[in-house]
Amino acid sequence: MPEPNPQSERSAILAAHDVTKVYRMGDVDVHALRGVNVPLYEGELMVLLGPSGSGKSTLLNILGALDVPSSGRVLYRDEDIAAAGERELTEFRRDHVGFVFQFYNLVPSLTARENVALVTEITERPLDPSEALELVGLTDRMHHFPAQLSGGEQQRVAIARAVAKQPEILLCDEPTGALDFKTGIRVLEVIDEVNRSLGTTTAVITHHAPIASMADRVVSLSDGMVASDRSNEKKVSPADLTW
Amino acid sequence: MVNVLDRKLFRDLMRLKGQALTIALVVAVGVANYITLRSAWRALGDSRAAYYEQYRFADVFARLKRAPDSVADRVQDVRGVSSVYPRVVEEVLLPMVGLLTPAHGQIISLPAQGRPPMNDVLVKSGRFPESGRGNEVLIYEPFAKEHDLRPGSTVPAVLNGKLHELIVVGLALSPEYVFAIEPGGMASDDERFAPMWMSKSAMAAAFRMEGAFNDIVLRLEPGADEKAVLIAVDRILEPYGGLGAYGRDLQVSSSILDGEIAQIEAMVLFLPAVFLAVAAFLLNVVFSRMVTLQRGQIAVIKAIGYRNSTVGLHYLKMVCIIVVLGSVLGVGFGAWLADAMLDLYAGFFRLPMARGRLDLPVAINAVIASFVAAVLGIGFALHNAVTLPPAEAMRPPSPTRYRASPIERMPGLRRIRQSTMMVFREIWRRPLRTVLSSAGIAFALGIIILGRFGKDAHGPILDLQFGRQQREDISVNFTDEVEDRGLGYLAHLPGVDQVDGYRTTPVRFRSGPRWRDSILVGLPPDSHLRRLFTREFQPARIPHSGILITDVLADILEAQPGDIIEVDLKEGDRGTRQVRVSGTIDEAFGLQGYMQKRSLHELLREKPTINTALLRVDPGREAELQARLADIPTVQSIHRKRTLLEKFEEQTGRTMQVITLILTLFATAIAVAVVYNNARVSLSVRSRDLATLRVLGFTRAEVSAILLGEQAVQVFLGIPVGMVLGTWGARALLELQADPEQFRMPMLISSQTYAFSAVVVLAAAVLSALLVRRRLDTLDLVGVLKTRE
Ligand SMILES: Nc1ncnc2c1ncn2[C@@H]1O[C@H](COP(=O)(O)OP(=O)(O)OP(=O)(O)O)[C@@H](O)[C@H]1O
Ligand SMILES: [Mg+2]
Repeated sequence: MPEPNPQSERSAILAAHDVTKVYRMGDVDVHALRGVNVPLYEGELMVLLGPSGSGKSTLLNILGALDVPSSGRVLYRDEDIAAAGERELTEFRRDHVGFVFQFYNLVPSLTARENVALVTEITERPLDPSEALELVGLTDRMHHFPAQLSGGEQQRVAIARAVAKQPEILLCDEPTGALDFKTGIRVLEVIDEVNRSLGTTTAVITHHAPIASMADRVVSLSDGMVASDRSNEKKVSPADLTW
Repeated sequence: MVNVLDRKLFRDLMRLKGQALTIALVVAVGVANYITLRSAWRALGDSRAAYYEQYRFADVFARLKRAPDSVADRVQDVRGVSSVYPRVVEEVLLPMVGLLTPAHGQIISLPAQGRPPMNDVLVKSGRFPESGRGNEVLIYEPFAKEHDLRPGSTVPAVLNGKLHELIVVGLALSPEYVFAIEPGGMASDDERFAPMWMSKSAMAAAFRMEGAFNDIVLRLEPGADEKAVLIAVDRILEPYGGLGAYGRDLQVSSSILDGEIAQIEAMVLFLPAVFLAVAAFLLNVVFSRMVTLQRGQIAVIKAIGYRNSTVGLHYLKMVCIIVVLGSVLGVGFGAWLADAMLDLYAGFFRLPMARGRLDLPVAINAVIASFVAAVLGIGFALHNAVTLPPAEAMRPPSPTRYRASPIERMPGLRRIRQSTMMVFREIWRRPLRTVLSSAGIAFALGIIILGRFGKDAHGPILDLQFGRQQREDISVNFTDEVEDRGLGYLAHLPGVDQVDGYRTTPVRFRSGPRWRDSILVGLPPDSHLRRLFTREFQPARIPHSGILITDVLADILEAQPGDIIEVDLKEGDRGTRQVRVSGTIDEAFGLQGYMQKRSLHELLREKPTINTALLRVDPGREAELQARLADIPTVQSIHRKRTLLEKFEEQTGRTMQVITLILTLFATAIAVAVVYNNARVSLSVRSRDLATLRVLGFTRAEVSAILLGEQAVQVFLGIPVGMVLGTWGARALLELQADPEQFRMPMLISSQTYAFSAVVVLAAAVLSALLVRRRLDTLDLVGVLKTRE
């Protein structure tokens, strides 16, 4: 177990406590998480690192209430969402979390703007969809369908969709995984921008270690356990990243 | 503002429009079917009940030679009888201008005062005859229309050998003649058969029936034992030449109407259920595929925070749109078709039809039923969509599992081509879908057979009955027996090439406790114009002694050739005679028996007479002959075979054509929907594989063969099964349709009908396959391979 980190006195908005996740595959149990303790502090940008299969997506899904842990607690401001029912989980996601997925997951039959509107229609104080798209620099592609957009553009739409509801927490699972370097940087810049300007607490999964330099804090997973949890001394802006 | 999820719904539907539309059509056909059949069933059933009730249709009917009025009181005393109404009913010839042979009338007496207590008359226009004015009649409205008769017109009629001019005072209908068919006729003929009503006093005078009756009808008390009443009535009427009492089930008009209603009832649930089952199955196929394809979207929509119920509702709405579309089409079409069907019925069944524009509860039931079917159809897919865990959004679905199909393991097929193998594996992967698709095709084919087979039996029946058994051109019935010498007179009439004379007599055939009333025909030894056949279509010779009976009668009496049966005569001394059954014959109509004319005379203890003559006629001189025949006072009726045949063909032909067309269209909807939807879903599932093959160098034709091969297998499996289903269905319908004691339709489905049904189904399949193939040809290789599934 790593030492508690210096920022621990800051308030955690979302935190995993002793979280385990076991997938039952026929006779074999797959232990995806084996007792993970990870807090997510207000306003920070956290990067989650780790080799393939180490449990990053599983952890992020559990933190985002997409999935429930096999054991342990997930606290959102002292409220245990791990114990909540399906309905509460949906409410929690609707009200507090924005997701960005590795494969964009846009609805192909909806335009860029409509994909964003999908979210703004069900939230309390959303950005205007055009505003959100402007944030990711896609004003002119607003009425295009996903199939008419490049991978990077689709991912930026996905980010616009995630931030349009002004979530407290933004969770991104390998947002640059399917993108080339330049496009990846452009996407990371948008995430960084949202984190800075809107103060959205953000967690980003990547297996590209260099990306970690843009984070406030870097957590590494390995084989279902936290291998390290450290703060970044000097944050680098995404534009200066190299890999 | 339309919300975004609804916009997705609309666009998804537009993308699936071909499939949505074909399924909606199947729903529409199911709804239309139900509405049509149910409305017709209700309209006919309700009208029948109301008409019979209001016009006091009798429960029991009996004819006799002649009995004094006092006998009616004895019938009234029979246990279970609530009231009796003795009448006079007479057959007359109506030598109408413009008809080659005279039309036949049946005059029924009306009471001196008031309306008939039973079998009342519905006067459509004009008035009741006034008693005392001897020649006033009410006449059957359809006959009047055919001959342009109105109140005030006159009708020539031969009453008891004398030509009279009857004055039509009103046009009428009666519950007794909802389906008007003359005694012994095969088809209703408005032009040639006219029930008429005349005051009792006028009839009594014309037919010398004062203080007597020759027909009696009764109403029974509720819960009365009809069988017992029939036996008691027969016993009372026996000395007065009673011809056997019968109930509504044997009253011609009533039994034909009942048969039709029973047939509709049999189909009212079955047919629509087939269509809705097919629709449900197709919705299942299409929605399962759609939900699989949209797993990622469903997950992301949930991840964003939409509730499970919203997602479920989303897909439910989509189905609703399809069902609503189908229902609207179906209700509209059904309302129209129900109307058309009732119009068709109105041409056969003359009763005041209670028909609204659209039977609303029926329509609502149909729509509800299709919703239920649709929701059951997508139930599984819907459940999957609702319960899909959102974490799935990040995980691609695991590859489909395939297994080697057992066909591949068959020894001869070792070296089967890989592309053929793909077809078998795909079928084997979803055996249930293959089975259900084939079942859909099979039902479609079966329905086409049902719509067409009726025609098949007609040709052979008519050929046998009118080509080989009844070889005359004209048959003449006499009011009373005439001596054999009369034949010589007929033979010398102009245009007569050949004459045969017969003696027929009503009898009761008995064997132990089993009996039937029918007629016994005496044929001359050299009978040319009437021939008899065995079931194997071998000509049957009339034995020197003994009797030939139809095989249905033999079954009823449980009599074998060689057995002795009893014959109760209803003429002469009305005695009971023993006769030996010398063989059985096959005939489409009735339960009659045949013997040598000479033997029949011995049986009746009379000298040689005839009461029917069959004539072969020189067509050029037919008109001349007709005129001469009509002048003979003892002639009761004249039938022209050709007219009968034409009428029969015309009547059954037109109806058959309409039914065939409609059912064929309906079945086509199923076949198209099944093949098209399966192929589309298959294309969607396998577009990657197929695109890969194209990239590997397969031609379009080869790739199409893989995709459509699967459909072809389903169609070819469905065809023979459909033929079997159709054959069963046809048999079941036949059994409902006709009372085998009156009319036996041979179970006959021609190879043309089988071929026609197969061709329609194949054509529908090929058409749908071509539509899908066009998509396959324009398959965007790069696009397909690029997309992640
Ligand atoms: N639904 C599931 N059923 C079974 N096993 C699962 C399931 N989801 C994840 N796993 C397993 O749990 C482990 C952790 O998976 P997870 O997706 O969290 O890894 P990851 O760190 O995100 O990997 P990657 O970088 O490849 O995305 C893996 O071994 C994976 O096979
Ligand atoms: Mg992952």
